[in-house]
Amino acid sequence: MKGLILVGGYGTRLRPLTLTKPKPLVEFGNRPMILHQIEALAEAGVTDIVLAVNYRPEDMVDTLQKYEKEYGVNITFSVETEPLGTAGPLKLAEKVLAKDPSPFFVLNSDVICNYPFKEMIEFHNAHGGEGTIVATKVEDPSKYGVIVHHPGTTKIDRFVEKPVTFVGNRINAGIYILNPSVIDLIELRPTSIEKETFPALAKKGTLHSFDLEGYWMDVGQPKDFLAGTGLYLNSLGVRNPEMLVPKDASYLHSGHVLVHPTAKISPSAKLGPNVVVGPGVEIGDGARISRSVIMSNAVVKPHAHVKQTIVGWNSRIGRWARTENVTVLGDDVEIQDEIYVNGGRVLPHKSIGSNVEKPEIIM
Amino acid sequence: MSTKAVILVGGDTRGTRFRPISLSVPKVLFPAGEKSLLAHAVDAVIAQPNISEILLIGFYENSVFDNFLAQVNREHPDVSVKYLREYKAMGTAGGLYHFRDQILRGKPKRLFVINADVCSSYPLSELTAKYDESEANGVILGTRVAKGIAANYGAIIADDNGKVLHYVEKPEESVSTLVNGGIYLLDVSVFDVIAQAKRVHGDEHAGNLDDEDDDEDKLSLEQDVLPVLADTGKLFVYQTEAFWRQVKEAHSALVANLLYLEDSGAKNAVWVDPSAKIDPSAKLGPNVTICEGAKVGPGARIRDAVILPRAEIRANAVVINAIVCSGSRIGRWARVEGSPISVSSYESTVVKDGVKVPRVAIVAHDVAVADEVHLQNSVVLPHKDIRNDVRNEIVM
Repeated sequence: MKGLILVGGYGTRLRPLTLTKPKPLVEFGNRPMILHQIEALAEAGVTDIVLAVNYRPEDMVDTLQKYEKEYGVNITFSVETEPLGTAGPLKLAEKVLAKDPSPFFVLNSDVICNYPFKEMIEFHNAHGGEGTIVATKVEDPSKYGVIVHHPGTTKIDRFVEKPVTFVGNRINAGIYILNPSVIDLIELRPTSIEKETFPALAKKGTLHSFDLEGYWMDVGQPKDFLAGTGLYLNSLGVRNPEMLVPKDASYLHSGHVLVHPTAKISPSAKLGPNVVVGPGVEIGDGARISRSVIMSNAVVKPHAHVKQTIVGWNSRIGRWARTENVTVLGDDVEIQDEIYVNGGRVLPHKSIGSNVEKPEIIM
Repeated sequence: MSTKAVILVGGDTRGTRFRPISLSVPKVLFPAGEKSLLAHAVDAVIAQPNISEILLIGFYENSVFDNFLAQVNREHPDVSVKYLREYKAMGTAGGLYHFRDQILRGKPKRLFVINADVCSSYPLSELTAKYDESEANGVILGTRVAKGIAANYGAIIADDNGKVLHYVEKPEESVSTLVNGGIYLLDVSVFDVIAQAKRVHGDEHAGNLDDEDDDEDKLSLEQDVLPVLADTGKLFVYQTEAFWRQVKEAHSALVANLLYLEDSGAKNAVWVDPSAKIDPSAKLGPNVTICEGAKVGPGARIRDAVILPRAEIRANAVVINAIVCSGSRIGRWARVEGSPISVSSYESTVVKDGVKVPRVAIVAHDVAVADEVHLQNSVVLPHKDIRNDVRNEIVM
């Protein structure tokens, strides 16, 4: 089988992290974001994976060559020379996606969930249509494109953009399985799969939706990245609790905490809920960390308080410092002792020596 | 007398005040008129007699200077120009010390040492004359600055003959308006002083194991070496009356552009690279540099601005008090503007509506500003699409 991952551009919404690493390689739950998807596709029997990108960073090429061997898949890059929207990349990758009549997966690289690829194949084959969209339920459908079904079926009738009256609460989760025939509907120009291709398929009556179990999140920006981390850890707690810090660990405060085995954590520190600690990280005595991600080789010094913060690689948080409110530190940033940072986005290699009192970009 | 030159070019983990421009071009390769800040320095050195070698020292990746070096070596095949990369930031004297064997190879008698992030007339002949007539073992280029900002520089106290009596780097309170211009001619015996400073520094470091920020390889020419040289009575200052400016952030880069353009006598203080395409109905200047492959459409207006390679300013767009980086596109009737540039001002921000905002509008590498958009006192990071008006903001 085949799969297309829509990676897109420079991931500017996830800056300052993506000033240092291409977005697909930024670690989510201590593993590169794209690895979650490659692994799930490989497990479902996918052997050919195409990454649709606007540019091709060399470090990404090197890393993915490693994964090709590890997971026994072929990974190719499909590079857009001009932005083609969400449907154009399918046309551009036609050679791989339509090389045989079997259906192919399409997923947005920012979306995390328990990818239900095997179940999707069964469902797709059973209904016999041209396409299947994964649908997720949301509390406030008025912000999204809502799916409306033919009554009593999984067949999609139409989509309603940002509905003002209630028409349903299922939205497109950004994951699909499609027959190669769908590519024939797409022209090689900037095209939206959501606004052009899918409505056309719905009209033909060959598009179905599949309900996603469990969590779903677009983690393309820092606030959602942190929220998504919480959902992911929650899911690990159900499916692989042995991967999380045991309940009796001296430094566990509450909730789910994922710690890389090479991290060094003081027994008097308190972590949780929803904390990920990366490789080589050091956390000092009496430090407090909640709802945060600490990337590899960062240091949280004694008595620091790190709350709702992404601490970038090799960064250092000083003694009695406090960071909160979706603060994001790029690579090799220093927060000096006793400093307070409220919602700061700090670019790489900066040293912060005075308080950041309100959300601000520190260039 | 055989002379070498060492030009300190810095690195990308420092000089963060030049962001976001420096995310795509190192500060020293930023253009000011016909050539980059670094090329101004290199060409000034090459114009001196008996220069055997020029060594650039910094901590950028090697590839950063490949094109620059290829061009210099092509234009000046008789002078060896090389880049030596520090494996980490070692300070202004640390790099000199680390590469001492290479610098001293061929037994030069003296060295020009130049910080490339300044804009200067590079009066190197005058520096040399002062050195010879004073029987000095070192001459500093000195420049007068306003009392209010003098404490941001190295202060020089000298007698009437220019003999340096006292040197202090960035004093807490201004002690002299004669300051260090970051350009030196030094006898090679300076390496003995650096070696001595290194020993002292190493001892201090050994006694202070706790402080992780104290790096024993780090040495500062200004803090560890010049004060010692001043005490020998053989360090002199040559005070220049010509233009001089340190290039720190975007505003000072535009000032440097103006100073170099005025110095070159360019008509209306405008430099346009021969490969740039300018529509005849566009109006440029004063204080404008347009780099190679850039395009300026009909009816566009550009003033107090630098347009980097392959950027495009489309028809009827206005770019004032701004820097547009390589490959960026400014749409038709768009307006990119900062607050006025001033040679006498050192402020990189201005106060608008009671808040500090960026003085110069900066559009970083590969940004698209849509037609008719107004971008005012704002800074845009690379690879962004700007479709709506932006005021007093940093767009990440």
